[in-house]
Amino acid sequence: MRVLVTGASGMLGGATARTVAAAGHEVRTFQRGPANLEGVEDVRGSLTDAAAVAAAVEGVEAVVHLAAKVSLAGDPADFAAVNIEGTRTLLGAARRAGVRRFVHVSSPSVAHTGASIAGDDAAPADPEHARGEYARTKALGERLALDADADGFAVVVVRPHLVWGPGDPQLVARIVERARSRRLPLLGSGAALIDTTYVDNAASALLAALERAEAVHGGSYVVTNGEPRPVAEMLAGICAAAGAPAPSWSVPPGLARAAGGAVEAVWRIRPGEDEPPMTRFLADQLSTAHWFDQRRTRADLQWRPQVSLDEGFRRLAASYGR
Amino acid sequence: MSPAAPAALPREAEGAGQGPAAPAALPPRGLPGLDPAFSRLVDVPGEASWHVLDNGPRLAELGVEPVGTLLCVHGNPTWSYLWRRLVAAATAAAEAGAPAWRVVAPDQLEMGFSARTGTRRRLADRVRDLGLLTDELALPGPVVTVGHDWGGVVALGWAVDHADRLAGVVTLNTAVHQPEDDPIPAPLRLALQPALLAPATRTTPAFLETTLALGHPPLPAEVKDAYRAPYGTADRRSGIRDFVADIPVDESHPSRAELDRIAKGVRGLDVPALVLWGAKDPVFRDRYLDDLLGRLRFARVHRFPAAGHLIAEDVDYAAAVLEWLGERPRAVDDEPSAADAGARLWSVLESQADSDEPALVELAPPGGGGPRTISWRLLSRRVGELAAGLVAAGVAPGDRVSLLVPPGADLTAALYACLRIGAIVVVADAGLGVAGLSRAVTGARPDHVIGAVPGLTAARALGWPGQRISVARLPLPTRRALGVAASFGELIEAGRGTALPAPPPSSATAAVLFTSGSTGPAKGVVYTHAQLQALRDALASHYGVGVGTGLVAGFAPFALLGPALGARSATPDMDVTSPATLTATAVADAAAAVDATVVFLSPAAVANVVATADALSPSQRDALTRVRTVLSAGAPVARDLLEGIGRLLPNATPSTPYGMTEGLLMTAASLDLIRATDSSGSAEEGVCVGAPIAGVRVRIAALDSAGAASGVPSEEPGRTGEIVVSARHLRDGYDRLWLTQRDADLREPDGSRWHRTGDVGHLDAEGRLWVEGRLVHVLVTADGVLTPVGPEQRIGALPEVVRAGLAGIGPVGTQQAVAVVELAPAVRRPGIASPELAARVRAAAGVPIAAVLVVPRLPTDIRHNSKVDRTRLSRWAEGVLAGGRMVLP
Repeated sequence: MRVLVTGASGMLGGATARTVAAAGHEVRTFQRGPANLEGVEDVRGSLTDAAAVAAAVEGVEAVVHLAAKVSLAGDPADFAAVNIEGTRTLLGAARRAGVRRFVHVSSPSVAHTGASIAGDDAAPADPEHARGEYARTKALGERLALDADADGFAVVVVRPHLVWGPGDPQLVARIVERARSRRLPLLGSGAALIDTTYVDNAASALLAALERAEAVHGGSYVVTNGEPRPVAEMLAGICAAAGAPAPSWSVPPGLARAAGGAVEAVWRIRPGEDEPPMTRFLADQLSTAHWFDQRRTRADLQWRPQVSLDEGFRRLAASYGR
Repeated sequence: MSPAAPAALPREAEGAGQGPAAPAALPPRGLPGLDPAFSRLVDVPGEASWHVLDNGPRLAELGVEPVGTLLCVHGNPTWSYLWRRLVAAATAAAEAGAPAWRVVAPDQLEMGFSARTGTRRRLADRVRDLGLLTDELALPGPVVTVGHDWGGVVALGWAVDHADRLAGVVTLNTAVHQPEDDPIPAPLRLALQPALLAPATRTTPAFLETTLALGHPPLPAEVKDAYRAPYGTADRRSGIRDFVADIPVDESHPSRAELDRIAKGVRGLDVPALVLWGAKDPVFRDRYLDDLLGRLRFARVHRFPAAGHLIAEDVDYAAAVLEWLGERPRAVDDEPSAADAGARLWSVLESQADSDEPALVELAPPGGGGPRTISWRLLSRRVGELAAGLVAAGVAPGDRVSLLVPPGADLTAALYACLRIGAIVVVADAGLGVAGLSRAVTGARPDHVIGAVPGLTAARALGWPGQRISVARLPLPTRRALGVAASFGELIEAGRGTALPAPPPSSATAAVLFTSGSTGPAKGVVYTHAQLQALRDALASHYGVGVGTGLVAGFAPFALLGPALGARSATPDMDVTSPATLTATAVADAAAAVDATVVFLSPAAVANVVATADALSPSQRDALTRVRTVLSAGAPVARDLLEGIGRLLPNATPSTPYGMTEGLLMTAASLDLIRATDSSGSAEEGVCVGAPIAGVRVRIAALDSAGAASGVPSEEPGRTGEIVVSARHLRDGYDRLWLTQRDADLREPDGSRWHRTGDVGHLDAEGRLWVEGRLVHVLVTADGVLTPVGPEQRIGALPEVVRAGLAGIGPVGTQQAVAVVELAPAVRRPGIASPELAARVRAAAGVPIAAVLVVPRLPTDIRHNSKVDRTRLSRWAEGVLAGGRMVLP
């Protein structure tokens, strides 16, 4: 199969392109910067550029759509341009080009309203109640994708939860950087149970969705390692792998949420160079349980994670030369 | 139309029966749980029009022939909405191919959406009205009436008048008789005040609102609105007022004759009955339940401790009714006869009546002073005199007698006297705590309470029912204050020289024992004489206890059987309300007093007995060397404690049995076996409790993928499931808990009786039983079922861990296991484990563990102080792992 992978310059995008290629498919990648991957055809361009998108889908049978604006703060218009309009552009171009399978990569945050999630399966995307611009625009993007599902155009939504691994500039690098500068707090007791996804497991789940698309199209699937851990233990594991000190100070979650709201407001007016230290979204993520029922995902996608958390920590440590 | 009413009665004088007429109407659509398709209007020519819920048309559509009709009558101030779940459930059952029951549930006239006629209807009118309706509907037989509150009386009235068509009766919190010597309940008395009647019931919706506030848990707002729907205005509520005013408060009330007629007629009904009772009803208290059960001979009864007056809202009564309908063809009294039940419990007392050998030794008699020895001669005579005295005091066969007496000679005498005359002893463990004990005693409805001063004081303070009998002679003021009718001394004098009545048959009920309540409210477990006789025989043969055996009686349920076994029993000096304070010296002194070869200990006492061993004198140690058997029963005893007991009693075989209140001695494990099967040396999961003792059979009902014990019980080794047991000394049933009993009962085609224990475990290749936890504590993870005891033992074996509990969080089917540990030294605050400890716990557990939490102390059940309360632990873990505050479990 000829497969287009968008957003291949990111950690998961790159892993997915490699995994799909390793499964014997012909892979083309599409993103603004270079993908730096071997054995794939790299096309560069932006989702906001309709002509570039049309060229990218030319001649492919399947799309795995990862490209998105992922950030904790920023101009709402920027999020909408990529996560909603970019997705709309890609869906339209893909259908016109005769693409038959479309794996849309979403996020469990599209259905997260702030309450804890303990063993629930994927709920419908809820842009009205999603927290933050990223989740809201991703929820709308997911709806567009599912609305486009039709005979001959099999759309599957996959929502990997908290993807991490070696070379991750998002979650891991930020946690480690803040831990090193002693700016990483625990919210509350740090006991909130969270599921995460080691990057290779997320990539293999996307490949499984691609291969199972015609059987399970129209569905949304949360993907995780299925090994929930207290958030403090997870953070400590990542810090230990990187040789950084584990978080040791604690902020009451209510206070963090209030501070997050204030910081978000300021960042909107006067964006800082770094990500804001705390947003309401992040406060919710770090102080409430997020673990999922993986039975439907595993049965429908005929997939199981191959890399355990412990093995993931070992690989992460190796990437830090430890 | 109605019997002549003495209009002078003030409560009737004002405005009864007036109000504009209105025909029946259909309820508004959209009421929660009510399918409008079941509503129909029925006109009884020349009378009135009715709103009726009726699934008859739906059954006709399905093309199924009903096996009978459930005629459901609501009370005051509800309407047929009360029966919506029964209509829906019966229809769904018919759709699923089960026997089809037609459900007909009218709104009584002047009530609900039936007609307002401006007529005041009395009880007799209502019974007649219902008959006219069923004539109009041409209801074929057989009919089962179902009634709630005063609708239950109307339904029973219909039942009495249509006995030819009647197949059964169901009542929900219904009273049919107002005892003359008992005032009507205060809430109704208040509403019946002339000045209050109309304002409370008609002018304002106060009576309606009060009733709707009685839900346990509270009714959802939409459901309350549905109940309010037909009663929006004062005129619509006239029927409520007239219904309240029609309550026959005294002999002179115009409806009293009809109530008496129905109450009397109910006694003549020879159909099966199902009596469902919400115990938290402020109006219909337990005494009405007792009265009703005295009239319905073939009743199944389930008393729901947590449900109230609106029992139809509080519990799934519809499932109970359908289940009962399903079993009805079976004979109601199907218990096997107690043939060959062995010697009677008091046989040794009779055969040793001329023996001056000691029967009992009290090391600390209640009167103070040194040890007191009671010979067989004296005990035998005392039991006989007391038995005759109890008969003289009005204690009849089948009466329930609550024994609130500490272990010792008085309790023994009271117990055997009651057994001899066929009175049923109610025994509740002081370890239930005051509230639990009070619930147990009041729920068991004793006719008499025999107590020492603390027990009688509690009985008085908490308003426990029954005639009170004191073991001690009390000063008159105390006696008056406690409401004591007689003392043992008086009864013995009264009974001296009086012949005893014939003994009860072995099939008669002998005792109601209350369980620990560690898994919900205490349940009364019923034993017949034959079953207690079988228990005595099991103890005798398994532990070699017989006539002349010296026995230290430190565990009440078995110790009480000492005289029945012919054993010489010593009661050690101990505080029964606090068994954990029993000392090694107290045990040794008791052993010396009766030259004991057998020691029974309660599990809670073992730790302190072992801990106080250093205080023993050489002679006390010597007394303990003669002990051959030591038995700790009630809860599993940890190996290290049994080892400690083994050191204390060097020539004894320490043993711990597996059993429960429902079957006190099922398997037994010796210390040697426990050593050999300790988890470190075994691949088996759980705790080995030994092989079944002689006469006991143990099988396993395998768990399915949802964690339910749905398998056919078998003795196949290696299969994990619910432990089911059978023995002649198994309990008879549960007291007024028909549904509980149905769930726990298992009948095999060979006629054998089995009890579902609620424990999970498996049998090994040698036929030994391994306990893996409670069925309710089984986790169902995405990878299958997981039992807690094995992982707990492996985690508990880590050097820094004192004790571990396995909690399950999340939805069944995708649950996560959480290990909660107590450490040495103890932590001061709960929290998540260090990464190092978490790694060690995970490595030891052998199952995936999502989180490891440390706590200062694990929650345990109050009675045994040894079983980890995993239900509570799971609730706590679910909270803190969801991001809640890190509080103590």
